[in-house]
Amino acid sequence: MTARIGVITFPGSLDDRDAQRAIAIAGAEPVALWHGSHDLDGVDALVLPGGFSYGDYLRAGAIAALAPIMSEVKDAAAAGMPILGICNGFQMLVEAHLLPGGLIRNAHQQFIRRDQRLRVENATTAWTSAFTEGQEIVIPLKNADGGYIASESELDRLEGEGLVAFRYAGVNPNGSLRDIAGITNERGNVVGLMPHPEHAVEEGFGPDTTAAMRSGIDGRAFFDSAIAAVVAAAA
Amino acid sequence: MPTIVVDVMPKAELLDPQGKAVTGALTRQGVTGFTEVRIGKRFELTVEGEVDEALLAQARQIADDVLSNSVIEDVVGIEVVE
Repeated sequence: MTARIGVITFPGSLDDRDAQRAIAIAGAEPVALWHGSHDLDGVDALVLPGGFSYGDYLRAGAIAALAPIMSEVKDAAAAGMPILGICNGFQMLVEAHLLPGGLIRNAHQQFIRRDQRLRVENATTAWTSAFTEGQEIVIPLKNADGGYIASESELDRLEGEGLVAFRYAGVNPNGSLRDIAGITNERGNVVGLMPHPEHAVEEGFGPDTTAAMRSGIDGRAFFDSAIAAVVAAAA
Repeated sequence: MPTIVVDVMPKAELLDPQGKAVTGALTRQGVTGFTEVRIGKRFELTVEGEVDEALLAQARQIADDVLSNSVIEDVVGIEVVE
């Protein structure tokens, strides 16, 4: 079977086309979805892409979390569908209470864009199974509101239950508490992170590696993982 | 027309990067009387007619559910201004 993975476009989404392209490169069929509809078009998995939906008014991701299609997204999350929130998509998932915690302005107040090293902390989720626990990867990071926060007790719970999916390695670029770059829900089907796997899927367009400039494709494994999860669920 | 004013502040225990930037700028200006600046949000909800208890309850509800995110912010005031 060919997995069908939907990418929801919101007003102000920037990376929806990049996410569609990454899905195609990984061998699945990308399906364009629209925030104003109530139709997920029967997709097997979902990506909420990066950008600045609604100009980041109110709070980043807050207004998008109230979009019509989000009621279907919540139902799909509850039914176990793999859902990935990237950057602004991660902010939407926390605002929609599909993932715990919150994201605030970077501690240094500035937009940041860098190729970021991450450590994979949980390699059992629908979006990380193609990694190994402790593996280090490099994918681009670019945001203004990337500081992950939660209460001390919530952070302890996330650590204790293995819900920290990714941690910043080398440097903490934005003041995120406990270096958290991405988290998963208990079931492992909903994952959100600030860095951008969809920008590291094709040689010539990814981060630099020691082998060659722009040859990094560490983002591919996110989509490989989801495709494997969809195929396994269908079997 | 009456207005319901909702004030939202970043949680006291969390870093407020915007406030910190303003604090730094004031210090550089030679302003010394203030040890900290914190920046919040003020929402003005315009009402047609009377503000009754049901409308206030609705304002409190959206203040908690939409206007603020309890993970990062607190609603610090809801008042009616004529």
